[in-house]
Order: sequence, then structure tokens, then C-alpha cells
Amino acid sequence: MATNPVHSPSAGRRPVSWGTPLTYALALAVAAVSIAPILYVIVGGFRTTPQIVADPGGLPDPWVFDNYTRVLTQSKFWQQAFNSGVIALGTTLGVVVLGMAAAFVLARYTFRGREGLYTFFTLGLLFPAGAAILPLYLMLRDLDLINSYYAVILPQVAFQLPLTIVILRPFLSAIPRELEDAAAIDGAGRLGFLWRIALPLSRPALVTVGVLAFVASWNSFLLPLLVLGDVDLHTLPLGVQNFSSQFSTDTAGVLAFTSLAMLPALFFFTLAEKQIVGGLQGAVKG
Amino acid sequence: MTSTDQTRFPAGGVSAPPAGRRPAGRPSSRRAETRRKWYEIIGLTTPALVVYVMFVLVPMGFAVYYSLFRWRGVGPPTEYVGFKNYTLAFQDPIFLDALRNNAVIVFGSLLIQGPVALGIALLLNRRFRGRAVFRLLVFVPYVLAEVTVGIMWKLILAEGGTVDALLRSLGLGGLVQAWLADLDVVIWTLLFVLTWKYVGFAIILLLAGLSNVPHELTEAAAIDGASWWQTQRHVTLPLLGPTIRIWMFLSMIGSLQVFDVIWVTSVPAVRSLGASGTMATYMVDNGFFARLWGYGNAVAVILFVISFVAALLFQRFLLRRDIEGAITKGAN
Repeated sequence: MATNPVHSPSAGRRPVSWGTPLTYALALAVAAVSIAPILYVIVGGFRTTPQIVADPGGLPDPWVFDNYTRVLTQSKFWQQAFNSGVIALGTTLGVVVLGMAAAFVLARYTFRGREGLYTFFTLGLLFPAGAAILPLYLMLRDLDLINSYYAVILPQVAFQLPLTIVILRPFLSAIPRELEDAAAIDGAGRLGFLWRIALPLSRPALVTVGVLAFVASWNSFLLPLLVLGDVDLHTLPLGVQNFSSQFSTDTAGVLAFTSLAMLPALFFFTLAEKQIVGGLQGAVKG
Repeated sequence: MTSTDQTRFPAGGVSAPPAGRRPAGRPSSRRAETRRKWYEIIGLTTPALVVYVMFVLVPMGFAVYYSLFRWRGVGPPTEYVGFKNYTLAFQDPIFLDALRNNAVIVFGSLLIQGPVALGIALLLNRRFRGRAVFRLLVFVPYVLAEVTVGIMWKLILAEGGTVDALLRSLGLGGLVQAWLADLDVVIWTLLFVLTWKYVGFAIILLLAGLSNVPHELTEAAAIDGASWWQTQRHVTLPLLGPTIRIWMFLSMIGSLQVFDVIWVTSVPAVRSLGASGTMATYMVDNGFFARLWGYGNAVAVILFVISFVAALLFQRFLLRRDIEGAITKGAN
């Protein structure tokens, strides 16, 4: 480590240095590569297509807001954002409720076959969601669910359950048994314990699995592509794809639509960054 | 990074013993108690089980069945053809190209993203002011929807687009390619886009692994006169083994199934010539859009078997220790 190692045995708060110039230069370069394309799209939305064609790398001159207002007023942007929101919320709710119920049983009940059941659920982590998409479509068609929110929500809940249970179970197992005994003495059954103690205590873990489910749903493309043929049900990813192929000559419009579609994700990410990052890391750590 | 610890309850092991039952009274009430416990178990797990079995496991079973028929998707399948769809797939040069493209993406991702992510993670693990902001920025591409990323790069890489203009202004006009149209180039362009999108994920995992390396060890090495680089090489890296292996596993599975970015970024014409398609895009093109349902399902089964076998092999030989209890428990 470049900063001189301070001999503080408890390794508590060590002074944060300004680092070497090289560290900064490298970090800046890395950040630029990550962010520059995104900025390009957002700024490009403020130019006109002729401007872009004449000088692809230039800055807006003058700045035009027409693209953004056009997308917001004339396209199906709002409706698609609404559909994405309904599906993402439905998925999140389903994942949290079903995952919590199952994880609670797997964590707090002793019964024969419990470990087998857990392994059975975790097997889903190895099931590639993409591979099942064709038979899934056929099944949803036979169930008459095509062109409904359920056609996206139900399979998304199902594929998110294994990860959810893997994250929630250790969390619920770690609730001290004394709390359960105390609840029992107060006359609460196991269900009372689940509702009044386990649920509030697991809020951080529930937020994590909820956020992961929400983001996965918000970004998902393949499943909606197949099961939402009805244009009025299209989600934002489908909308971006359609808009870009329908108005492919309107480069500025596509840039504006793409950045508007990005904004909710970026906004959501800044709000829930800790949960997303922590959840991914936690899930991997076991 | 401390956020992991905040989101998890007291570092409980996966196999922490479940809380026991309450002491039971007389035999009859104990029996009633047992019965009630089973009602609760069944009531709480059934919804999750039903959804999981119905939408994750059953479809794969159906895929195997459908794959044995020639079937256009109308009415029940009747024209049984045995394993013909499978042999057809392996005789189709476009499918073999898809397999090759998947291989390029699997190994390309591991070989490029791995070292790049490791370098950046080590960089962002140094203590300096503003580090948190850099960590955040690096992770942004991973959060964006695949479709958005695909459209974005499609525009940037268009002929006469930004990348071309940038190269020309740097005097590197000779490097300009038809990034997404040249049949020999497109797969490498896609690999670049995938790398840009997913390297942040690898970095985040590695940073989590790095935060678990005790400061005492690196400090001790520094006191003993080891340089920063020697410390990373001989102390930090060996301790990162489990994290790297788990990332490799997730990256491999993701690369085998990759669909969205490929579908959106590369033109169908280029895909249909085999230059950029993957198993997943091939499956959707043939099964869904060309309505060759029996054939498409056969491709689905092939994709599934390849992913599943790769996952099992990887687990068997590399991951066993790392996610003990999560996936492997009971399977070995």
C-alpha cells in the first residue's frame, strides 16, 4: 500500500490519503471509459440529427430540447414505463412473499427432507433461464396468459426464487432462538413469530432481494419480447428496441429515447446502490 | 466494502442450526402440535414450490418432449422424428458458428474481463480520497439494461459514427472497421461491448473479496519490506481464489446463455450468416420467429445440457469449497 502503514494495532480508521497521481490518473481513465459512452448518449439527445451526422463527436450547438420533448409527448414512453413498473413491482412482491415464506420454513422448522428441499430449490441456480424460454412460451400460451402482465411476472418470480432463498435462509437462521422462545412464552405461535419478529428483523435482507428482483425485472428483455406481442403492454426495453428500429434515421430521437429509458435505472441505482452491490456480494459469499 | 455486512444478519453460517421446537405437553397435544407444524410447513412452502416447479422445471421437461417432433406449434405435436432435430442442428453450419461464437465469448470474457477487473479492483482497493465515487462509476454499466447498452453501442459504432470519427481525429483512420457489419470483426466488437457491460460486476465481486483480506496481513508484508506489488502478488491474490472462481463460474454460465446484447446490437442479416449469433439467438430465431418449434426446442435442450454440464463440472472441480451449503450441499 502506498500510504505508509500506520502501526495502529486495532486497524481502525486510518488516514485516507490523496493517493499518488498515478492512482488518480488510472482511476480517472477507468471511470471515463465506463461513463463516456453514457454521457455521449445523453448529450447527443440534445443535438439534431444533421449536427450528429456532420460531426459525430461534437457537442450540441445549439442545444435542442426538441428530441426529449418529442419522445415524452409523442411516443409511448410513459405507457411503457408504466408497464415496466407494474411488472417489476409485481415480480418484486411475488419474490419477497413466496421467497420469505419458503425461506422461513427452511430456516426455522426441523423436519425430514428439509435439506433435500433446500437443495431442490438451489438447483434452480444452475438452470439457465434462457434455455427454457421456448417451452415457457408454449406453456404460457396453453395457459392463455400470453399478452398479460402475469406472463412476465410469474416466470420471473420463479427464476428469482432460488437466489432469494439462498440469501434469506442464513439470515433467518441467524435470528437467536431466545427470541423465538420469548415469543412462544408470550403466546405467539411460529406464525406469530414469523409475522411479528422475523419479518421486521429481516428487513435489510428483504430489501436486498427485493431490489435485485426489481432491477432484473426492469431490465429484462427476452421474456417480454416473446410473450408481450401486444404493443400496449410493451415494457421499456422493448420500447427502446422498437423505437430504434422504427425511427432508425432519427438518430437524435433514438439517443433521446435511449437516455430517457436509462434514467430510471440510473436514478434507482443511486438510491439502492448499497443494496444492489451488497446483495450481489452477499449472494456470492454464500 | 462494509455494505455487505450491513445487509446481512449476524454473520450466520448457511448451516446454522434451525431453532428447535417448543417443549411439548401431553402426547395428544404433541400430536396436534406435530400436525399443525406440518400444515404450516406445507402452507408456507407450497406457493413457492408450485411456481418454481411449474415455471422453472416443467418447461425444460416439455422442451425434451417437443424436441422429438417436427412441429409448427399448432395443435399437439404428432410427427415424431426421434433425435433428428438434434442431428440436424449439429449439421447446420450456422449452429456450429453459434457454438464457436459462444466459445469465443466464454473464453474471451474470462481472459479479458478477469485480468482487467483484477487490475481495476486492486487499484480501487487502494485508499485514496474519492475512491467510493470511482467504485460507483465503474459499476454503472452493469446496472443499465442490456437493450439500452446494445442500442447505445450500435449508435456509437455505426459507420461514420463516433468511434470512427474519434479514430480518424487521432490519425488512426486506418483502424476504422465496419464494426458491426464485417463478418470477421463483429464477434470481437460484441465481445468488447459485453466486456464493457459486465466487467463492473467482476470488479464489485473482487472488491468484496479484497475487503475480506485482513489488513494485518498486508501491513505485516509491508513492514517486512515487501513492495505494493509483491504484497498483492503473494498475499492478496492467493486469498482471492474463491472469489475469482465464483466469478468465473457466473461469467461462464452467463456467456453460454447470452442473448440480449447480441440480439439488439448485431443486425439480423449478419446474425443469419453465423458471424455473430449465439446458441440463444439461434434458438429464438429458429424456434420462435421461424416457427420451427420442435427444432427450436432441440436447440434449447442442447443449450441447457451444455450449460448444466459445464456448471456441474466447474462445481465438481473448482467450486466445491467456495459455496459449500449453497448449491453443492447434498449434491455430493
